[in-house]
Amino acid sequence: MSQHLVIAPILLPLAAAVVLLLWGGRDRPLQAAVSIAASAALVGIAVALASTVDSGGVAATYRLGDWPTSVAIVLVADRLSALMVLLASLLGLVNAVFSLGRWSRLGPYYPVFSQLLIMGLNGAFLTGDLFNLFVFFEILLAASYALLLHGSGPRRVASGLHYIVINLIASLLFLVGVSLIFGVTGTLNMAVLAERIPALADEARAIFHAGAAVLGTAFLIKAAAWPLGFWLPRTYDAAAAPAAAMFAIMSKVGVYATLRLGMLCFGPHAGVSAGFGGEWLFATGVLTIGVGLVGMLAARDLGRLAGYSVLVSAGTLLSALVFRDAAVITGALLYMVVSTLGAAAFYLLGGLVGGAGGGDEFEDPPLLEAYDPQGEELFTEEDERAVIIPAPVGLLSAGFLVCTLLIAGIPPLPGFMAKVGMIAPLLGGPAGPFPAAAPLLAAVVIASSFFALVALARAGVQIWWAEPGRIASTIRLHEGASVGALLLGLLALTFALSGPVDYLNRGAADLLDASRYVSAVLGPEVRP
Amino acid sequence: MEIVLALAIGVLTASGVWLVLRPRTFQVLIGLTLLSYAVNLFIFSTGGLRIGAEPVLRGPAGSLIDYADPLPQALVLTAIVIGFATTALLLVVILAARGLTGGDHVDGSLEEEA
Repeated sequence: MSQHLVIAPILLPLAAAVVLLLWGGRDRPLQAAVSIAASAALVGIAVALASTVDSGGVAATYRLGDWPTSVAIVLVADRLSALMVLLASLLGLVNAVFSLGRWSRLGPYYPVFSQLLIMGLNGAFLTGDLFNLFVFFEILLAASYALLLHGSGPRRVASGLHYIVINLIASLLFLVGVSLIFGVTGTLNMAVLAERIPALADEARAIFHAGAAVLGTAFLIKAAAWPLGFWLPRTYDAAAAPAAAMFAIMSKVGVYATLRLGMLCFGPHAGVSAGFGGEWLFATGVLTIGVGLVGMLAARDLGRLAGYSVLVSAGTLLSALVFRDAAVITGALLYMVVSTLGAAAFYLLGGLVGGAGGGDEFEDPPLLEAYDPQGEELFTEEDERAVIIPAPVGLLSAGFLVCTLLIAGIPPLPGFMAKVGMIAPLLGGPAGPFPAAAPLLAAVVIASSFFALVALARAGVQIWWAEPGRIASTIRLHEGASVGALLLGLLALTFALSGPVDYLNRGAADLLDASRYVSAVLGPEVRP
Repeated sequence: MEIVLALAIGVLTASGVWLVLRPRTFQVLIGLTLLSYAVNLFIFSTGGLRIGAEPVLRGPAGSLIDYADPLPQALVLTAIVIGFATTALLLVVILAARGLTGGDHVDGSLEEEA
């Protein structure tokens, strides 16, 4: 039974989506019950998976149909995958609670696509071969197209069109990269790939590098690295707030894939190929931070501000994860957790704040505007009957303060600990291909904290002090509770960091030693 | 054989890239379709090209080594299905954009709306 735990994070959202599609229909209470129950169960499964993996060694594997590993489709849950699955399912639960009522009424199948998005995310984190990575990417992208378009309207459709075209091109690059790699190595299984790379012939190695570079370009488009990421702030800003909060983890899928393949294929064991593309990733990451900061300073509404902060965190991760140093990777993984959850909370807050009035400096984002040709009532009395929290201004501003501290990385919250966790080993001379670049990155990360703080403080002043009258005067209990729980969870993480950091430490050590992953997947089979 | 296939892939890719860079949504759609043809042919070619060889099984059935590698075909089939579905979705979004903005420019005519 327990070995099926690995596939459960994929099957459960799929089953929930089917139930919601077939029986959910217009029955709102049933829809709400199913999607919240499935999301909550998924969080439980993710926690169980992480603790199983953590206590049971390097990685749990699952061979579909019990075929031998050489021909099977394998799912692999190591500490990093389990962490990402947990992150995705937490966001899924927050999204399910937050989007009750008015948000999910923007379109008929909001909960269905949310579940499918989580299924695609979990599949991408758990899969052990490149082609299924492609398939799960497509699943999560197809669901995200639908979520982005929820509520319709010219703004969403126009940015959705760009988003779909860009992602289709990225998928084609993905396929070209995968087939080049398959052509020279004869395998798509990541563990087998890691094993075959040191022994590649020189002419095959050149083609393999070309394939990896094309594949990496596809991942960088998903991660929204400069100059491939101009689509992200506009697209996420156009999406409804809870959908944008789910999207906060989607750019991290690109980072995850880059990290996973970078460690398996170009780690220290890879001989001539070790460290391939590291300089490029580093430069791209640093430039992405710069572009994200300029965007944050120039942003005129909360949605754009959040979008550019996602760019900054993607850039920080891409450049930090180039270093092959356990301490740097631990810090970066913690930063990934905090920045993903922080950005999601920020999008949700943006959706709650932008409910009323219109200022000229901070434009009112049409986050809750739905295109409605028939003039039907989108928001019925049901919404009026919802439990309303009085005096939300104080709560919203407190939430905004916590988000600011998290995103900018100011003490005492975990955003600060994560940045210190990255910077301290960077200054101490990390192991890795080019230690000379480490102080540069440390300086950039520190500067990014400062500029992010300036941008966020300016937005806070504009919203809460300059024109407080235009903040939404009411928020629903479930909306406030879900954002509040997310932020309180992150606050609580400040006091309970040692357990998670130990876990991340072990995960980073596993990542650095690709042979552990390989032997966990392939088992004690005879090596060629 | 190689040169014919390489030329076909190259021409399809070049036409596709040119069309994707055009400002009309329908041209972009056709460009993406051509690009996905090129990619599908490219995946096929990774299985290796041979002329005058047996299609599936070489010699009498026996060892797995005598069979053609089925993986490229499986990959192409999956890629075709997924590409087809997402292109159909894109077409719907293009039609929606046409209806909402009244034009077929890729950026819509948002200035008037805002």
